Amino acid sequence: MSAIVIVQSRPARRWLPAFRHLATMLGAVIIGAAVLVAIFAPYLTPHDPFAQDLNQRLIPPVWMEGSQPTHLLGTDQIGRDYLSRLIYGTRISMLIGVLTVITSGVIGITLGIIGGFYGGRTDDVVMFLITCRLSIPLILVALTVVALVGSSLAVVILTLGLLLWDRFAVVARTTAMQVRNLDYIAAAQAAGASRLHILLREVLPNIANHLVVVATLEMALAILLEAALSFLGLGVPPPLPSWGLMIAEAKEYMFFSPWVIMTPGVALFVLVLGINLLGDGLRDLLGADMRR
Amino acid sequence: MTPVVPDPVLSVANLRVSFGQTEAVRGVTLAVARGETHCLVGESGCGKSVTALSVMNLLPRGIARTADHLRFQGQDLLGMSERQTARLRGDKMAMIFQEPMTSLNPAYTIGSQMSEVFERHRGATRRQAMDRAAELLARVGITAPGMRLGQYPHQLSGGLRQRVMIAMALMCDPELLIADEPTTALDVTVQAQILRLLQRLQQELGLALLLITHDLGVVARMAQRVSVMYAGEVIETGTVAEVFAAPTHPGMTRTGEPLGNIPGVVPRIPLGFIGCGFRDRCTLAMPECAQTVPLRNAGGDHFYLCRLPPDWKRAAAA
Repeated sequence: MSAIVIVQSRPARRWLPAFRHLATMLGAVIIGAAVLVAIFAPYLTPHDPFAQDLNQRLIPPVWMEGSQPTHLLGTDQIGRDYLSRLIYGTRISMLIGVLTVITSGVIGITLGIIGGFYGGRTDDVVMFLITCRLSIPLILVALTVVALVGSSLAVVILTLGLLLWDRFAVVARTTAMQVRNLDYIAAAQAAGASRLHILLREVLPNIANHLVVVATLEMALAILLEAALSFLGLGVPPPLPSWGLMIAEAKEYMFFSPWVIMTPGVALFVLVLGINLLGDGLRDLLGADMRR
Repeated sequence: MTPVVPDPVLSVANLRVSFGQTEAVRGVTLAVARGETHCLVGESGCGKSVTALSVMNLLPRGIARTADHLRFQGQDLLGMSERQTARLRGDKMAMIFQEPMTSLNPAYTIGSQMSEVFERHRGATRRQAMDRAAELLARVGITAPGMRLGQYPHQLSGGLRQRVMIAMALMCDPELLIADEPTTALDVTVQAQILRLLQRLQQELGLALLLITHDLGVVARMAQRVSVMYAGEVIETGTVAEVFAAPTHPGMTRTGEPLGNIPGVVPRIPLGFIGCGFRDRCTLAMPECAQTVPLRNAGGDHFYLCRLPPDWKRAAAA
């Protein structure tokens, strides 16, 4: 008896690239919007985000009963306009994200490139530093530092920047290792290039695409960590409108006025989702670029 | 006795390089004169590339070169700092590599990579450097150089890239050009074009060209002088006419048998090895081949490294 086996090829999943594309676009739009909102915050806010009005406490957003048209997203427990605080909160989150990534990127990429390119003893030292960093509990150290030094925006940024460089270092190191033996590095040396020139102008541009992806992931992480620190009361000090702080302040009212905790929560979720979508999209795009 | 080359641009005496317990280059002596093509020929792994890299001081980190002397235009390269050597590299001595596909940085345009060398060594402006780059691209036979300057390496074919590499090496009017198997990675038809180009440029510019190859046909066509390497040593050297007319080292010739049919492979030479590196594969090996082998003269500039007299073939035939 012979069996005829019909092997049906799996249908080509055409929607996948399109979906990826769409997701990347969505991420880019979210981040683009967040950047614009952060930059133009003073022009977009209907009210002063710090102005209190105890007669207008906990007004619900416009789609709920008892709302007021002047407060689109309602007000918080001391009568500050929630939309205005949310808009200014974008500033804090973006500032933290960008500055932390720049700080940690400079540290991590410098260490990683030097270790990966030179190898040997130098690389051992870099690996040791990375291992040390990985064995530090992030949140605990951040909490301790902030508790000791006192909380301010600058302290939060510096603390996170000095702690989040490990992934930059690991990726820069591995990719620099792959690049260092390529012929164009030898060709640049044969053309009289200095060491600094080779690291910065020959190696760095060729590993930059990997680092961009790391930067997006680290940015999302930094924003979440700031929210966590602020929620614990050791991040950005009040009355600054950080989303994490808004969530912390709202937690006592969440049963009777759930929107005060949901609004900053949703904002945080959307921004981090946007960054991650863009990061994933970039990885795919740049990955394809590398295979060319 | 050693070969004498008048007024050498590059002069290497007794160069030694070892990688761990293996000696890759064992006392190489060679000289390249102005306006002369000197071919370094030999099997894979016999130390040709390492010799070239030693001259440029581009050996891997931690690998040292020693030599009785290593001179470029009368300057001592051995005593030079890394900074001084870097100043010479790409300026007065340039090098072309085997793989044109990977020797250009994919992140920059051709024009930017070429002009960088000129800006670095000559302090030229970007505009001057771009003009110079366009001039040289035209010189190496690239049509529409203006367009090519703005292109990225992946937009060019292998032959074009090797032309770009050659043009780039010539940016600062070098005295010495080292070409490490410049045509090995290319199509046969392109190989011929590139070789013709190198030959023409060498004659027009009066370059000292050190050409590394394993192709004896290339040697016959291109070179005035040849050094044959085996297991880290120059086993035979002389003008191309002399060496091709009467190859004398037993590794080069065996009466009645064509070259290349020698059983065995190139041995790895451990540190402290004494004697002839070829003796394990030589049909004429004697116990005395395990002692230091003399460099013998076979007439004129023709030298070979063997205990046998220059007329051993006639004696063997008789």
